[in-house]
Amino acid sequence: MTTKQIFTGLLLMGWMVIAQASIYAFDFDDPQKEARFKRLSEELRCLVCQNQTLADSNAGLAMDLRKELYKQIQSNASDEEIKNFMVSRYGDFVLYNPPVKTSTYLLWFGPFILVVIGLIILLRMVRNIGKQTTQTLSAEDHQRVQQLLAEKKED
Amino acid sequence: MTSSKLRPFIPLIIFVVMAIFLGIGLTLDPREVPSPLINKPSPAFSLPQLHTPDKTLSRADFNGKVVLFNVWASWCAACRQEHGFLLELSRQNIVPIYGLNYKDQREDAKQWLIQYGGNPYVASAHDLDGRVGIDWGVYGVPETFVIDKKGTIRYKQIGPVNYQNWTQTILPLIKQLQAEAS
Repeated sequence: MTTKQIFTGLLLMGWMVIAQASIYAFDFDDPQKEARFKRLSEELRCLVCQNQTLADSNAGLAMDLRKELYKQIQSNASDEEIKNFMVSRYGDFVLYNPPVKTSTYLLWFGPFILVVIGLIILLRMVRNIGKQTTQTLSAEDHQRVQQLLAEKKED
Repeated sequence: MTSSKLRPFIPLIIFVVMAIFLGIGLTLDPREVPSPLINKPSPAFSLPQLHTPDKTLSRADFNGKVVLFNVWASWCAACRQEHGFLLELSRQNIVPIYGLNYKDQREDAKQWLIQYGGNPYVASAHDLDGRVGIDWGVYGVPETFVIDKKGTIRYKQIGPVNYQNWTQTILPLIKQLQAEAS
């Protein structure tokens, strides 16, 4: 194969990827709307494949929800309205950023509580280390140390 | 000092606490997302019926009765598992079962019912594009809603209805709802 053929092949492959992607693409007249679509579809979870966003997922439901999102953005629904639409049907779980409320306090503040507990344990340990080093040697040990040090000097 | 006596047990205590939390975690099914629609009025809909497209099925058809509203599709493997049980239920005449045929071709759906032993539904609504499914928060088929006489959703079964969840949860609830005034 010549370099030219390889190059053409690569170009064709690139074109295929683009062609496939455009099947699911939506046309926006306004780049701002397109940016909102992108942002929101990355903030919403696909419920079928739970660790993917709406933007990532190829599941049928994710496609339907992207379509719905597109329609709502085109008809100028606010972010708040769109999120409420999703939450009222699928629950807080659709949001990758869960709201702060009583049932999510542990989720939001748990890590800070763990850090505080960790710090307390660390402080106590550091203090204990301090205590241990101030332990005095018995007279016998002291003498032995002196002796060893004296030997070292003689070498 | 008490703290120095406790000290050797600290790793054990941490281990037990973690084991308890992880144990609870294992019993939860992450696929079962609690529906925000429970105890809310059922979403309005009006769709052509599967077998008689010139007739519609709508929320008004459920009025005044306790009903099961089962979301199904011919492409759904778990629906096959459930189908025999639904057929048996429909024979017992305990509760009317309505269907939401979700994102399915009409002919495929009708054929599927014949192939798997019959039609347990009083009627099925044909939700070709899945838009009504979105309003009902459907994310995995099969799903089954229990709707009370006032049209309020009281329970949602995610995954197939089977002997176990029927006898333990759904049937007792239906009995209770049927006893309520409409």
